[in-house]
Amino acid sequence: MQEFLQYLFSGVTNGAIYAVIALGFSTLYSATDLINFAQGEFVMLGALVLVTLWSQAHLPLWAAFPLTVLLVAAFGMVFERVAIRTVRKPSPILLVLITVGASIFLRGVAMLIWGKDAYSVPAFSKTQAIEIGGAYLLPQSLWILGIVVLLVVGLNLFYHRTLTGKAMQACAINKRAASLLGVGTQKIALLAWGLSAGLGAVAGVIIAPITMSSYDMGTMLGLKGFCAAMLGGLGNFWGAVVGGVLLGILEAMGVGYASSSLRDAIAFFLLLLILYARPTGILGKASTQRF
Amino acid sequence: MERARSVKIVGGVLLALLAVCWMLAPAAVAAETYKIGGLFSVTGPASFLGDPEKKSMEMFAEMVNAAGGINGKQLEVVIYDTEADPTKAVSFANKLIHSDKVLAIIGPSTTPATMAVIPEVEKANIPFISCAAGNKITLPVKPYVFKTAQSDIQAVATIYAYMKTQGIKKVGLLCVDDGFGQSGKEQLLEQAAAYGITVVAEESYGKTDPDMTAQLTKMRLAKPDAIVCWGTNPGPAIVARNAQQLQLNIPLYMSHGVASPKFIQLAGDACEGIMLPSGKIAVAGLLPDGQHQKPVLMDYIDRFNAKYGSGVSGFGGYAWDGMNIITQALCGTNGDKAVLRDRIENMKGLVGVSGTFNFSAVEHNGLGSDSFVMIKIQNGTWALVD
Amino acid sequence: MRVLANVIGYLLVGSAILAVGLWVDNYYYFQLLTFIGINTLLAVGLNMLMGYAGQISLGHAAFYGLGAYTTGILGVHLGWPPLVTLPCALLVSGLVAWLVGRPTLKLHGYYLGMGTLGVGMIVHVLFREWSSLTGGPSGLPGIPTLSLGPLEIPGGRPYMFVVWGVVLVSFAMCQRLVHSRVGRALRAIHFSEQAAAAVGVDTARAKLQVFVFAGVLAGLAGFLYAHMVTFVSPSSFGFLVSVRIVAMVVIGGMASIWGSLFGASLLTMLPEWLHVFSEYEVLVYGLILVVVMIFFPQGLTRGMLDLYERARRGKTGSGS
Repeated sequence: MQEFLQYLFSGVTNGAIYAVIALGFSTLYSATDLINFAQGEFVMLGALVLVTLWSQAHLPLWAAFPLTVLLVAAFGMVFERVAIRTVRKPSPILLVLITVGASIFLRGVAMLIWGKDAYSVPAFSKTQAIEIGGAYLLPQSLWILGIVVLLVVGLNLFYHRTLTGKAMQACAINKRAASLLGVGTQKIALLAWGLSAGLGAVAGVIIAPITMSSYDMGTMLGLKGFCAAMLGGLGNFWGAVVGGVLLGILEAMGVGYASSSLRDAIAFFLLLLILYARPTGILGKASTQRF
Repeated sequence: MERARSVKIVGGVLLALLAVCWMLAPAAVAAETYKIGGLFSVTGPASFLGDPEKKSMEMFAEMVNAAGGINGKQLEVVIYDTEADPTKAVSFANKLIHSDKVLAIIGPSTTPATMAVIPEVEKANIPFISCAAGNKITLPVKPYVFKTAQSDIQAVATIYAYMKTQGIKKVGLLCVDDGFGQSGKEQLLEQAAAYGITVVAEESYGKTDPDMTAQLTKMRLAKPDAIVCWGTNPGPAIVARNAQQLQLNIPLYMSHGVASPKFIQLAGDACEGIMLPSGKIAVAGLLPDGQHQKPVLMDYIDRFNAKYGSGVSGFGGYAWDGMNIITQALCGTNGDKAVLRDRIENMKGLVGVSGTFNFSAVEHNGLGSDSFVMIKIQNGTWALVD
Repeated sequence: MRVLANVIGYLLVGSAILAVGLWVDNYYYFQLLTFIGINTLLAVGLNMLMGYAGQISLGHAAFYGLGAYTTGILGVHLGWPPLVTLPCALLVSGLVAWLVGRPTLKLHGYYLGMGTLGVGMIVHVLFREWSSLTGGPSGLPGIPTLSLGPLEIPGGRPYMFVVWGVVLVSFAMCQRLVHSRVGRALRAIHFSEQAAAAVGVDTARAKLQVFVFAGVLAGLAGFLYAHMVTFVSPSSFGFLVSVRIVAMVVIGGMASIWGSLFGASLLTMLPEWLHVFSEYEVLVYGLILVVVMIFFPQGLTRGMLDLYERARRGKTGSGS
């Protein structure tokens, strides 16, 4: 029982990380119908910018956090303007390759700026683990979960209650129709990229105290975050949370009760399963067919 | 339409041919220097190895050239970045051999890249000194293949010998899922019985995984007397933190892969009391003054820090020793590769950064068990264990 | 005209390879050309899938790896000669492509990209973790060199000729395929899958056929790679390798067989040239990919020709 609980906590910790990365994917997808393969690199940028602000500029964490998010969000907007809007005839293959190229580029830039070493930052609150029934949970995991839930509530309010948010959804459903109704589609795309890059940075900032930050941390996290987003239903914010936590828990249980060598296969196996059986995800509407 | 198509086809072929011609442009040949090739993973997943290796190799050549070169000839190093990709390593190895016409090759940094390069250097009869740790590199012995990195055989023997004195009978293994972890795991399993130790759990983790509590929890069920974690930064730092978080209270042993100050920095107070085998470089300052390896180590550390500021580690020492061996053997050979090989094979008692090298026809690594010492992290710094 | 251009193409490539083989005596160049040939096989196979049928695959390295590992494992553990392992390698990669392709090809756009990526990752984990068979992360050494019966084909010049012979034959096969009934069906699918189905094309079947074809070609490339390097390890068949194959296709130009040759040549030699950039190499590689995609979405071959045409016609507009 004690072990089961510990696997659960371990899974929730990893799962919350996947969930917050999945949110970044879903945000962009809900507004632009686009998948950014460089999302993992935004996470990496978030973590490393935080490291610099905290250790070089000596900012306190509470000040470095929002500043990091703003910086990376601004970078995301610049990226949209420079590399996405300039594409004359966007098609999925083209955009996949542009974002893959961008992720390789960003990794190269990060390696030059931050070097090849890993960095660590302190947790948001005292690091003593909390004991529940013989199992231990880091306070940072609770921070991550709390922030994820706050983000989801905020995003849902934004997308369903504000005019801008509704305009974003309209853009994803039919860009041309939205434009005819007076929605500034270019501005919306810019905003969505900023939002999604900012969410990536939030992910990087809140996981930096748990894991180590280095220039190559983003790729695998990005891919697993994507698996989580697909699992829950791409574009569905609660789905991202459900998918992320489910993936994390299944991975931890897989390690605990099967073998740790198949850890990485679990995520991609689940991805295939959900793609074949229910491409709209666990929480997605069954009828949605955008492709 | 049809015409445009034809233009396209012929154009594509012409462009491809143009690219090939560009490649075939002859490389400048200069025979007034001794050329030594380097293959290091300067970027990519093993850059923590390749980067200091490249720096050390360049530093050694500068040192030799400043002192007038070898028999009046200057050393020239040609270094390519393998990115830890075996295909790239093979391609660049052949470039070094056939286009740059080097005398000898140092590197690659990783075991897979080394294994891929070996058939090529054997075919071309080029003295080759690998900087990778795997035992397969020099076992069985291949005529032209040497290596300067300590083998996992010695690292594991050092840990197990120490464990035996501590009365440890059951160990759990947690290894990273790359070549470094695999090679360590094979040795840990193979040598266990000889020291009266049983392996009760075997787990693995990914290089960039954020959390390893699940593996540690599973391992706790098997009730080992000690846990051995075999990996390179940053994974083991996360393992150390997770072990503290779970309050495991099981002694934690690490590999020589984390014997750098970076590990202490990353793991913070969680690394207190962790023990690991290390080349003497991590504890050079603590060695007694009469120790024969101390002057070599201090010299290397001072030079590295003077040139690059910080980041000195045992890894750079592999390439430093390789250069040392080659240049010592090169004196008076007039650049004959077969003679160079023979002289390396017969080299005895060369004191290097990684240990004392004694090569022979059956031993192409040349390091004895004294190349490692057990060290412990105490009050945030290294301490010798005796 | 088209036939003539193709014949000129074959003659040019064939004589270029022959010329290099006869006049150059540097093992390194032979090997580089061999790698270009292997990459061309990979690119041309994937181009059939991406360029003609319009289906993306981000896991093509899996089939490449299956071919290489099949022949490697059979050669090392069972001591089978390459002549026997060749059909096995082709069969395994083709069979896996068929099994995986059936459900995966029902997906579209990004979903298909992600599905194939998932397949690639799972196969990669298999290579890494099934260490009793594959040698694990540190790889499988000691694969025998290529021999066809009593005829030994060592690396270097002879191997280069064999690989380029295979490349030219595969080009011919691809061209037959493109202009066959299947090829027309594929282009119809690329244009609109519904429309293709409406005029009676069995779209699922056509897509699966080309997917298996691309898988088998990749398996063949893997076979040639394994016997060239005589060593395989998982890092040669990872996600980034899949991306590189896709990049070869797209930079060379989709739906262009000769473009694949150009894309493969360029991307194989790029690291050699970028070497002067040293630390900046990765960065420049990513940048090139992005820039080519933004400014030459039709591929570099077509893009350059367009630029040339435009320059020749002056300011009178592009025309098409």
